[in-house]
Amino acid sequence: MSIYTKTIAQLAQGLKDKEFSSVEITQHYLERIKKSDLNAFITLTDELAMKQAQTADDKIAAGTSNILTGIPYAHKDIFCTKGVKTSAGSKMLDNFISPYDATVSHQLNQADTVMLGKVNMDEFAMGSSNESSFYGAVKNPWDTNKIPGGSSGGSAAAVAGGLSCFATGTDTGGSIRQPASLCGITGLKPTYGRVSRYGMIAYASSLDQAGPMTKTAQDAAIVLNAMAGFDEKDSTSAEQDVPDYTANLNDSIKGLTIGLPKEFFSEGLDDDVASQVMNAIKEFEAMGAVVKEISLPNSAYAIPTYYIVAPCECSSNLSRLDGVRYGYRCENPKDLEDLYSRSRSEGFGSEVKRRIMIGAYALSAGYYDAYYLKAQKTRHLISEDFKKAFHDVDVIMGPVSPTTAFDLGSVKDPVSMYLADIYTLSANLAGLPAMSIPAGFSNKLPVGLQLIGNYWSESKLLNIAHQFQLQTDWHQQMPQED
Amino acid sequence: MEWETVIGLEIHAQLNTKSKIFSSASTKFGQAPNSQACAVDLGLPGVLPVLNVEAVNKAIKFGLAVNAHINQRNIFDRKNYFYPDLPKGYQISQMDLPIVGEGEIEIKIGDETKVIGVTRAHLEEDAGKSVHDMFNEYTAIDLNRAGTPLLEIVSEPDMRSAKEAVAYAKKIHALVQYIGICDGNMQEGSFRCDANVSIRPMGQEELGTRAELKNINSFKFIERAINLEIERQQDILEEGGKIVQETRLYDAVKHETRSMRSKEEANDYRYFPDPDLLPVEITDELIESIKASLPELPVEKKARFIAELGLNEYDADVLTSQKSLADYFEIMLKDNEKNAKLCANWVMGELSASLNKYQLDIENSPISANNLSQLIARIGDDTISGKIAKDVFKAMWDGEGSADAIIESKGLKQVTDTGAIEAIIDEIIANNTPQVEQFKSGNEKILGFFVGQAMKASQGKANPKLINQLLREKLG
Repeated sequence: MSIYTKTIAQLAQGLKDKEFSSVEITQHYLERIKKSDLNAFITLTDELAMKQAQTADDKIAAGTSNILTGIPYAHKDIFCTKGVKTSAGSKMLDNFISPYDATVSHQLNQADTVMLGKVNMDEFAMGSSNESSFYGAVKNPWDTNKIPGGSSGGSAAAVAGGLSCFATGTDTGGSIRQPASLCGITGLKPTYGRVSRYGMIAYASSLDQAGPMTKTAQDAAIVLNAMAGFDEKDSTSAEQDVPDYTANLNDSIKGLTIGLPKEFFSEGLDDDVASQVMNAIKEFEAMGAVVKEISLPNSAYAIPTYYIVAPCECSSNLSRLDGVRYGYRCENPKDLEDLYSRSRSEGFGSEVKRRIMIGAYALSAGYYDAYYLKAQKTRHLISEDFKKAFHDVDVIMGPVSPTTAFDLGSVKDPVSMYLADIYTLSANLAGLPAMSIPAGFSNKLPVGLQLIGNYWSESKLLNIAHQFQLQTDWHQQMPQED
Repeated sequence: MEWETVIGLEIHAQLNTKSKIFSSASTKFGQAPNSQACAVDLGLPGVLPVLNVEAVNKAIKFGLAVNAHINQRNIFDRKNYFYPDLPKGYQISQMDLPIVGEGEIEIKIGDETKVIGVTRAHLEEDAGKSVHDMFNEYTAIDLNRAGTPLLEIVSEPDMRSAKEAVAYAKKIHALVQYIGICDGNMQEGSFRCDANVSIRPMGQEELGTRAELKNINSFKFIERAINLEIERQQDILEEGGKIVQETRLYDAVKHETRSMRSKEEANDYRYFPDPDLLPVEITDELIESIKASLPELPVEKKARFIAELGLNEYDADVLTSQKSLADYFEIMLKDNEKNAKLCANWVMGELSASLNKYQLDIENSPISANNLSQLIARIGDDTISGKIAKDVFKAMWDGEGSADAIIESKGLKQVTDTGAIEAIIDEIIANNTPQVEQFKSGNEKILGFFVGQAMKASQGKANPKLINQLLREKLG
């Protein structure tokens, strides 16, 4: 069994048993990355990785290691990393070397992990196909003509393609779950406020949440243990205890009530994807779970709500990228106005500009009530739907994405692209934790199952996912290599 | 036509917290450019604001001091606009739900008292500074000030003259210093003022179109800028023109205001609640504890000066008009409890005159409160006369030492030795027979002549009371 197929748990065991060293694992991955043509990495931090691996090996030898010591990972290029380029997939930050570490970067450093590099993503996390990156599209390891999903496409492709043991991701409207689904890996978006947003370049502050992208639910639990927690630098992070997310993985899920929202199985959902999802649900029934049909009546408004809230926030969040202090600046600006308008016109890609303009429009005088305020109201209604549903069910399940990975370059209309997020947006709008786990294949492409839990129920979600993974082997499949 | 002026003020008071409103960087003034700006102040990608609770406490303090409603749930909003010294491209401020709601404050114009409404006061962050004269063809940006907490105090359009506006601004200026939330330093920009000015025909209820005057950094300029603006608006209206709603910049050097931007050019700030900050929740307990910690307010102090020290209203008003002045006066009272009026006279007379002459603030007075207090004590215990005290004051002003040291070294101690004074008086009586005769024939006024002679002979050191008493004995 080759190193790249191993989970965190397996690598940690091997390191402990001196089967291999962290330096060896790291070299193994670095070689695979260098040979790969997936375009998953923006920056390879090989020297730093080798240093971290050596330090990790020393700690293992000294007996001061933890389960993540020496485990290589791919870091989404949206997290600031001190002394390393942090681009957010944009030309705007192509020259930005962060002078500080994001809290998540710091936490993973503290856990003695090895950062292989910074991975590709949709520009400023805006996109569902990874095609909006300044660094070019990432390819889906299962079929290199397909998109990997987005915005954490580089993260998903790196884990699915055996270029990294695990990866970090961020999820504003499905950016962890959708690429996890399309690349056949496990992805968890925690409850809003569970993981610090400090140092994570903001797209839409009230929706952004970081989480692990891994091979298994168990690995996700291990990584979440390192990432979660209150951070005094992030006012929106919750002062909520962090349980050991691995502690309840083996609990029985007998009697679990699963809610299937009828709105998630209607028009637009690919038939084959639907049947894979239903097969997975049957698997749960076989394990003793009870299935109930539920309704989330306001989920129809998720897309319009999201595409007001997120652009409004991003139009303001991205204002700091003005060409004045750091980042891209146009050549020979005539005056201040010219400096602003050309730096931003030349530095941002078209999807980013589209969302900034939508947001600026929706927030402008005379439109605010009709758009932003209305969206806040529907957002509240969407949350209320979930609150009601969780009176009756323990977990909500459904598809992650209406289709499997589509062809690179095939979706050109932005609105069609936005529809790819139809099942994932609600969890962000409500702030709920949600996962994608591998649940089958359709035309040789992975299909993910979405699990949405109540607030702070990450342990429960991981338990449910882990139990499923004990019964199935979808998560163990990897793309064929030449 | 007779016009009525309507003025409302927006005052920006810099709160004197140690660190900034949303970061842990220092707020210290006058440091090397950009040395007080951390990642958050620079607006680096990924950074987040964390509210400084001290700023909240100080805003509550202000609210309580003007009897305002405290919004126990208030919200920070983003005010979006681009400017190089605004690192994030938005200013964090408060729009719909400010921390301080409606309040009021009393001002005095001559003998008249007037209540001015405070519409609201909200917390916000200051921007950095653009420096245009440091590098040729370039503008330099200093972000030390970026993120400094400001309390923006908005008044109702209750003022009817530049004088009232100044009186109101001075009241707020004194108040924020009394309650210790702002150092009030106008040169350093800790206390800034914008004025909304409009005029309307006397008796008309509807407000005229207003102009906002910006960049007025002294009380003197507030008055001048407003009067200038009133004249400008009157001229336009009387010639049949129309006032344009606009922002005008006051130029103190040229003594003119000029248009900065019109309403049409005004930014659409696209305010919305800052998703990086939670709503501020203020408990009853916090309000109570801040209320309990409020120092004596100017109105309370004034009332006490009148009731307990027996000062008249005018004196009490002047002495409480500035915290520094009241503090100075109160230090003097410690050793001169029974001579409060004398202390007041000296502070408002000799000291104020000298300070005015040299254009000094009381904080920079060459004579400390303790030193002046000592001087008053020496008058009080008859060591020196009031007349000699003026000479001692002058010497103290010139830095010659403490009151006691000067009295000692110059030998100015009042002569209270009866024998010595008797000898002087005897000599004067002997040398001025005609005057003695006049006195004896009933001219009481001539006594002043003898006192003057005696004082002159003693070089002013003889105790005048004693002279009087001995003269009467000897002449009578």
